[in-house]
Amino acid sequence: MNVLVARLLLPIFAALFWVLTAHAADISAPLTALSGDDFAAKVQATEALGAAGEPAAVPALKALADGRLYRNPADGRTLYSDPADAARLIDAITGQPVTGVDAASLDKARINNRLRGAITNALAQLTLFSSNPAERLAAAQEAFKNGGSLEALRRAAAAEKDARVVEALALALAAAELSQGSEVERAAAIDRLAATASPATRGLIGRVADDAQAPQALRDKARAALVSIERTLWINGLVANLFQGISLGSVLLLAAIGLAITFGVMGVINMAHGEMIMLGAYSTYVVQEAFRAFLPAGWFDLYLIAALPVAFFVAGAVGFALERGVIRFLYSRPLETLLATWGISLILQQVVRSIFGAPNKEIANPSWMTGGFEALPGFFVTYNRIAIIIFCLIVLAVVALILRRTAFGLEMRAVTQNRRMASAIGIATDRVDALTFALGSGIAGMAGVALSQIGNVSPNLGQIYIIDSFLVVVFGGVGNLLGTLVGAMTLGVVNKILEPVAGAMLGKIVVLVAIILFMQKRPRGLFALKGRSAEA
Amino acid sequence: MTVPQTSVFGARFWIVFLLCGAVLLVAVPVMNLLAAPGSTFSIADHVIPLLGKYICFALLALSLDLVWGYGGILSLGHGAFFGLGGYCMGMYLMRQIGTRGSYGNAILPDFMVFLNWKELPWYWLGFDSFAFAMIMVIVVPGALAFVVGWFAFRSRVSGVYLSIITQALTFALMLAFFRNEMGFGGNNGLTDFKDLLGYNLQAKSTRLWLYAASVIALGLGYIAARAVVASRLGRVLVAARDAESRVRFIGHSVVGARLFAFTLSAVLAGIAGALYVPQVGIINPGEFSPANSIEIAIWVAVGGRGTLAGPIIGALAINGAKSWFTGIAPDFWLFFLGGVFVLVTLGLPQGILGLASRLKGMIGTPRPQAAAGE
Repeated sequence: MNVLVARLLLPIFAALFWVLTAHAADISAPLTALSGDDFAAKVQATEALGAAGEPAAVPALKALADGRLYRNPADGRTLYSDPADAARLIDAITGQPVTGVDAASLDKARINNRLRGAITNALAQLTLFSSNPAERLAAAQEAFKNGGSLEALRRAAAAEKDARVVEALALALAAAELSQGSEVERAAAIDRLAATASPATRGLIGRVADDAQAPQALRDKARAALVSIERTLWINGLVANLFQGISLGSVLLLAAIGLAITFGVMGVINMAHGEMIMLGAYSTYVVQEAFRAFLPAGWFDLYLIAALPVAFFVAGAVGFALERGVIRFLYSRPLETLLATWGISLILQQVVRSIFGAPNKEIANPSWMTGGFEALPGFFVTYNRIAIIIFCLIVLAVVALILRRTAFGLEMRAVTQNRRMASAIGIATDRVDALTFALGSGIAGMAGVALSQIGNVSPNLGQIYIIDSFLVVVFGGVGNLLGTLVGAMTLGVVNKILEPVAGAMLGKIVVLVAIILFMQKRPRGLFALKGRSAEA
Repeated sequence: MTVPQTSVFGARFWIVFLLCGAVLLVAVPVMNLLAAPGSTFSIADHVIPLLGKYICFALLALSLDLVWGYGGILSLGHGAFFGLGGYCMGMYLMRQIGTRGSYGNAILPDFMVFLNWKELPWYWLGFDSFAFAMIMVIVVPGALAFVVGWFAFRSRVSGVYLSIITQALTFALMLAFFRNEMGFGGNNGLTDFKDLLGYNLQAKSTRLWLYAASVIALGLGYIAARAVVASRLGRVLVAARDAESRVRFIGHSVVGARLFAFTLSAVLAGIAGALYVPQVGIINPGEFSPANSIEIAIWVAVGGRGTLAGPIIGALAINGAKSWFTGIAPDFWLFFLGGVFVLVTLGLPQGILGLASRLKGMIGTPRPQAAAGE
């Protein structure tokens, strides 16, 4: 029985042993050649090692690149020194330490640039078989960018399980087939590459389209694919710009909603509006620090939610005080209101600077707002941008509800449309004024919470947004939330679409000049109030 | 609101005017040159360019008052005209540096060599000539004001809308001048000037002459503004400020009067900028910042808008206070300035001169008030 088992098993073991030794023997020849004198042979050996996909070759290749690879002239074997301990020599083929060799007698293997390039490629291909999926993914992306061995990629693709790596390998394989494969394979590769429109695939297929040596049919196919890629890229670019424009528009809208209320409803030019935003951002900072100091770490992610009411009340209270203390004396003199509120803004900036110091304050994104995803090739959408867009729409909706559906909103609109008549029917106009101003300021404070998540928090924060938000309100039409929404989104999208064409600053200048010209045509904005209230 | 009906260039005016001129033009240089250093009457050398700077600001404030105080048009972009005039002068001064720059290039200013530019952009041509540069000091701000004003006044943009537009204008210019590709030195602006018309800018005598030129410019600007205000056009300007529709219905050209005043005002601001640059030795895009332009308005408001002497007093007072504060307690300067903005608009709508004439009215016989209301 034992004999029988032995008879059955022995050949299996023998075969297994043969396979193992044979495989090891496969790379022993190129490993030996690595330490030779002939550069061409070394390049060939390096490429063979890369194509073989045997991770055992990695230390030797790295050693060669670092100048730690030697040939022992006594027996012709390749050795390398341990990167951590130069005196410890290791046999490249067995991977075992070697003793009793005189280090001075060894011949160091020399390399040149061509060989260095080959080593980089070979190492990249070998990483395709790494045990770490992230490394394999990086290697696959590298192979897609800089080309890789068709054979190694095929073997890697066959063995790969990780979905993201499979995808990356498929692209890399298609790229390799496009340059190295048969004509049929190349044609198929064009189809597969064209399905993923990106600047990289455009480049790869473009090379085939321009390749005079390629068969005519293949070039035509490449050209057709190029047209479709261009179109997809153009649409993708448009979508990306549109998203960024809407993102910028939502920031502008947040900054401008409060202004639309104070300027639109009350006709007050509040130059300190930007400082209300700044106060909101600093409230966020204070709440964040309080959470850090007094609450368990697990609660930290909630600080942003807690900051919203705090910022609303801080900015709202300052706004209320500002209206009662200064602005109400200046209602008949809009230009002087402008100057007085500018003075207030200088004071508020200096107060904040005295308390918190001039340098930027660091505000952390809560974990649920960090990160993002790749919506389109090369276009990342971050969660904080999405959160701001949603937040801004909620704020807009709430403000619209307050204006349309509450008694306070009704009084506010009555005062806007005809102050004296509203007063005559018993509305306390100065109470409405003060509360309206506080509401507008409070909303600016909440905008500050949102803006603290995407920009620097400094005493000058408000100054960045003040001119833009005025332009949004004026452009959209005073006293009109819909106009403010349209104005903000238009300005945001136009800015972002102009940016790649003209550059960030020039784009902004073009927009400014366009608004200045637009104001000549429609001095009271896109959605101007009509009738008596327009003569205010 | 009434404009004084008595002859605007009467004997009393000339006495006061020449007296002030004599103090600024004769007494100051004499105290600088002749008084023993350290004595009570001595004015130190470094004070002369400072005074010159204030005088330029006074001219700037006067120019804004012409459109705001008399026309009711609050331009928040007057810093732009000031800056443009300054850049024209700066370009001339840059070209005078010649081979004395760090790179020793006879044609190109240092920053262009640094940016690897090969030749002078076309808009720099001609600025090696002083006369051409001086014409540009007048033409560039004037033309911009004419175009902007023509568009704005024709479509009856006024009040806060005009303020916002002019603010956006100076903001756009600031962004533009920050760009290196514009060819105006970007962030750093134009600086390291050597001499003007061959005279070394660091020399004491040049500084005195520049100071004197600023005083003369202010005097001429004052006379010009007074002549305009007293003219028929000035009356239309003031009337349109108080009742625009009525003036229009009577048949006067509101657009024409405003356009003339706005353009003249921009030219005066440009001249102030051109005199300012050689005295401070630098011009950079910061001059276009909207905050600067708003500050001009407060000089005018403090002194008393709708009076011509008021803005001059206001500019000197606020800038004097600024120098004093930045020396003693820089952190409090913004509190002070902010406080001035609030208190003057709330409590002193007619400014210092308004207060003075009110006090005078309480003491002596009431006389026609020269200050303007809303």
